[in-house]
Parts: sequence; C-alpha cells; structure tokens
Amino acid sequence: MGRTLAEKVWDDHVVRRAEGEPDLLFIDLHLLHEVTSPQAFDGLRMNGRQVRRTDLTIATEDHNTPTLDIDKPIADPVSRTQLETLRKNCAEFGVRLHPLGDVDQGVVHVVGPQLGLTQPGTTVVCGDSHTSTHGAFGALAFGIGTSQVEHVLATQTLPMAPFRTMAVTVDGELPEGVTAKDLILAVIAQIGTGGGQGYVIEYRGSAIEKLSMESRMTICNMSIEAGARAGMIAPDQITFDYLEGRDHAPTGADWDEALAYWKTLRTDEDAVFDHEVRIDADALTPFVTWGTNPGQGAPLSASVPDPASFADPGDRLSAEKALEYMGLTAGQPLREVAVDTVFVGSCTNGRIEDLRAAASVVQGRKIADGVRMLVVPGSVRVALQAVDEGLDKVFTAAGAEWRHAGCSMCLGMNPDQLAPGERSASTSNRNFEGRQGKGGRTHLVSPQVAAATAVLGRLASPADLSDAPVLTEV
Amino acid sequence: MEAFTTHTGRAVPLRRGNVDTDQIIPAHWLKKVTRNGFEDGLFEAWRKDESFVLNAPERKGATVLVAGPDFGTGSSREHAVWALQNYGFKTVLSSRFADIFRGNSLKNGLLTVVLPQEVIEQLWKLTEADPTAEVTVDLVAREVRAEGVTAPFELDDNARWRLLEGLDDISLTLGNEADIAAFESRRPSHKPSTVRA
Ligand code: SF4
Repeated sequence: MGRTLAEKVWDDHVVRRAEGEPDLLFIDLHLLHEVTSPQAFDGLRMNGRQVRRTDLTIATEDHNTPTLDIDKPIADPVSRTQLETLRKNCAEFGVRLHPLGDVDQGVVHVVGPQLGLTQPGTTVVCGDSHTSTHGAFGALAFGIGTSQVEHVLATQTLPMAPFRTMAVTVDGELPEGVTAKDLILAVIAQIGTGGGQGYVIEYRGSAIEKLSMESRMTICNMSIEAGARAGMIAPDQITFDYLEGRDHAPTGADWDEALAYWKTLRTDEDAVFDHEVRIDADALTPFVTWGTNPGQGAPLSASVPDPASFADPGDRLSAEKALEYMGLTAGQPLREVAVDTVFVGSCTNGRIEDLRAAASVVQGRKIADGVRMLVVPGSVRVALQAVDEGLDKVFTAAGAEWRHAGCSMCLGMNPDQLAPGERSASTSNRNFEGRQGKGGRTHLVSPQVAAATAVLGRLASPADLSDAPVLTEV
Repeated sequence: MEAFTTHTGRAVPLRRGNVDTDQIIPAHWLKKVTRNGFEDGLFEAWRKDESFVLNAPERKGATVLVAGPDFGTGSSREHAVWALQNYGFKTVLSSRFADIFRGNSLKNGLLTVVLPQEVIEQLWKLTEADPTAEVTVDLVAREVRAEGVTAPFELDDNARWRLLEGLDDISLTLGNEADIAAFESRRPSHKPSTVRA
C-alpha cells in the first residue's frame, strides 16, 4: 500500500525501531527561543552533557522582546534575565543566536523559513506549539516541551509516539477577499479544537496548490489549534522557487540532489488516510472568532451564536462562558462588534505578504478615532522589506503604529498587551482568555479584516469599506 | 524523574472543558528560568474568583485533578506541568488531553489518565458531594478506584514502564548511540545546516 507524505518523511528519519518502543527519530533542525529553553540547558549542565549537533541548532529572541526602544535596556527585569540566560547558554554551548538588534532576529517560525533552513522532507522541532508552521514546506514539524528540547539538544533525536493521518482537502478557489486565515479558521470551526488530536494533517486539493508559501504557512501554523500533532503541505514548484537562493538552501549538485528527493515527497495515489475532511473553497467568506478558543468562529456576516443552539452540553457551557468573558450577547451581528485595538503580526500573519495585504486596505484611509493599530513585522528582514516597499509609511499615514519585530501582542509576555476589558481584532492564532493581556478580549481575523476593522472601528471586511472616507493624498 | 506506581489522594473536580495551557499557567509566569516556584501561577486568573473550586478550604492538599475534556490544549509550555506538580497534583484525569501536554506530563512523572467522560462525571459527583472522598490511581494495575468506581485505563507498556521505573529518557536514548551515529553517517549532504557557509 502507498504511503502518505507524513509517513514518508517519518520513515526517512527512523534511527531505531524496536517492538514495543516508540520510534526514535532523527531531528534535522532544532529551533530555540528564550522561553522554553533555559530549563533544558540547565538539565544539560546538571548531567555534564553537550549539545550534540550545534550545526543543526539555531536560536532567536522573540517572546519577551519589546517592539519599541529596542536599543534601551529591557525594562522588565524578569524578561531581561530570560534573554540574558539564552545569550549565556548559547555562548556556553556554542549555539548560533540571533538576538534582539540582529538583522536575522524575529519570531522563530518566521526566521527558519526565511533563512532557507526549513526544507522539504526534514524533521523540525522547537519548544513552541506553532512549530507546525514549517510543515508548509513538506517538513514534519512538531512543537515539543522543554524535556524534549533537552532530549534533542543532547541526542539530536526524539522518541515519538505514532500518529494517525488526516487529509483536509480543499478544492475550488478562494473567493476575492477570502484568505488562508479564513480558510483555516473555518477548518478549525468545523473539526473542533480537539478534532485533530493524534493526527498529522495534510492539506491538499486545488485551492491549497494555488496558495503562496506565506499563505501555506498561515494554514499549517494553526494546525495546532485543531489539536493536530502537525500540519503539512506537499512541496511543489512554489516551494522550490521560494527556497532557491536563500541563505541555507542547498546549492550546486546538492540542490539537484535535494530537488530530486523533494519531488518524491507526495502522498502516493493508493495511500489511505485515517480520516478525511473536505472543504469547498468557493463557499468560504471572511471568518472571525467570537469566543475564547479558535474553534469558536463564524462567518463575519453571521451573528454571535446562541449557546442554547449547541447540541453538546460541553459546547453549550463553553459558549456561555465565552460570551460572558467576551462581553457579547447572542444574536448580536458580528459586524457591529466595536474594537479598541487592532494587531497585525505574529507567526500566523506577520510575513511580508500579510503586511502588503493589510497596507493595501488602509492605503489612503485613516483608522477610526480611538482605535489603536499595531503593525508588527514577524522578523527584522520582513521589516526591512516592508520599509523598502514603503509599507511602513502607508501604515503610519493611516494612524497605525509601526513597531519592531517580535511576538508582540500575540501573547502577554512583553509590554504590548491589552488592558482588562479591551477588545482586539488580531491576526494572531489564539483567542484564549487573557492571551493578549489579563482580561483582554480577542477576535481572530485575517490581515485584510484586521485592516478594514481598524478603519471602521468595528469588525469589518474590505468589502465594507466602500463608504469609508478615502483621502486623496497619503 | 520521580517514579509513579500508585497514588491515593483527595480530588479537585474541575468542571471545565478545553482548559488551555494559558489558563493553567499564564504567559507572564513563563519568564522564570527554573522548574519550580510556579504553584502560585496555577489557574491564576480563575483563582481570583473566590468561588473557584481550588479556593475551597476543603480542597487544600488535594492531589488528584479531575478535569473536563481537552485538557492542556494550546501552547507547548511544560511550565503547565510544572505548575500542576509544584502545586501538589500527582495525577490528572480527563476524557481527552492535548498531545503535547500529555507528552510533557508523562516525561515529568505527572500521570495523565484518560477515562471515559461517564467515569469523569461519576468522579465529579462523588468528590463534589464528599470532598474527603479519596481517589486511587494505580499504574501497576492500570486502574482508577474510588467509592463506587472501578475504571481501567490504558497507557502503553513503554510509557508505563518508564513511569514505574522513573527512567530518564535521555539516558535511554544515549544507550543507542551507535544507531544515532550510523544514521548521521548516511545522512545526505544536501540536508540543511545552521552553520554559515
Ligand atoms: S508569534 Fe505568537 S504564536 Fe508565534 S511564536 Fe510568538 S507567541 Fe508563539
């Protein structure tokens, strides 16, 4: 019987297979950041161990880093200690680090692909659940815990429990104004936050094949929000074109050899998935979340659902709790929900294409009075490219804040946070209670919806903007 | 890692589903660089509410957490496991755990037990009615016992063996050094390296 893409990549990395034991897999690329690594390095020190393969390991700083005044000492002493700990650990163990201020610094899942380190058919791990992002290249990429970080540092391998395979097939074409973010939010709403549990999801079908690498990364990024072990997309010409010429992409004979291998990385015709889901791209519209987990979403044109409409008692209870936390009432049209803050950024939607999309919406417009809009590039290189294209000016002319690269308001670990009760439209990936700051309320949206929302001050898509005031000069 | 064989203790019934790791330990606690001292961060936001079950005086010293489905979703932070352990929990029972959380828990000796939702309901009713009721989680027999409840649970033999023995994964893997070296020697040269050319 044929094998799926995920099974092929897995098989190619088995170091040891023994009856009754999990397979021991070799790890091609280990990404580190400051939050989940200190206790792992400590473990190495306590046991007198080294980093086995510093040449397959790379670190950056993202979660704690401020996005303003980055040349000044970091104000929060605890954040500062964590960053200093990473610097000390990387120096001591010989790990390449891109610290704050470095041209290759940024959100870890933006940095790996842009350096060309994330390649088809590789195994990628990071002590971060959104490692699933890298699956967009046909890599098998897992988020791991700190004990596993230590394990990979010491052995460059991981014992891994077997997985099941799921195909999410998206055929058709995304309508104008509907993005990869809307698609993945709709997928999660359909299968639920636990629906992907134990599975590696492969996204396939004609709609996926048309997507850019940036959009594919958005989709794979949020696989974890459906509870999946990983998300993957088979590599194709779009993948190869993205990689060619990048810093760490293979060259010369290695490129040819790599390309020949990458082309074999497709699910065989006769392979069977353990579970299949089909989505019709043509039927999709802009999608937003109304609740406190990424599965609690609905089309922007819909209204806040009535908890009583959920058949499952658990879903009903969690919808009730969510509406209470979010300060929403059943039946309220989502388009009438007013926001205080708009956040464009994160490893979900902080790449150049996302910034271009948001800029095209605010271009020549002003964001609504009383709304704060933060635009935070996913990496320094994304920021430089955006400045090159004049996008920073478009944002600031509209009244938005142009910030330095980092995780920023995706999570409440650095100075960019919502105040209690504040409401945001955010291009990030999690709308959990307090995720963007204690008491903050988050609606997950695409970059286009975020930008239109900033202009109108309420949840909106670019299509709603026809009446919005357009300034003649930028 | 501390070994886990069998544990008996009082329980905290947590009637919530989809408890994500941001609720178990909020992000601002993740700045610590140690594995301990997370007990005050456990369910921090919910504990501000006096009626939250963990705040009830009769739950003090409880060591068994009985939670709703999809416990530990979201972030990969192992701090969630440490926070539960630092607080004093030895085991968590739920009908479904998020994968990364489950892996993290078993690596730290926090036994996560998957039980049918009906059994969870039974345990909720029992321990809500009687806070002194004890729950036993027996890894040797792979069974959860409480008054009126005897429920078998599954855990694969390998994970069980490592927990029972309190074995450190890294030492086990390093025992297979020859396999790792052999794999490395046949790894193609086109594979990525983080070393600058
Ligand atoms: S941007 Fe958000 S989701 Fe991505 S790594 Fe940073 S904190 Fe995690």
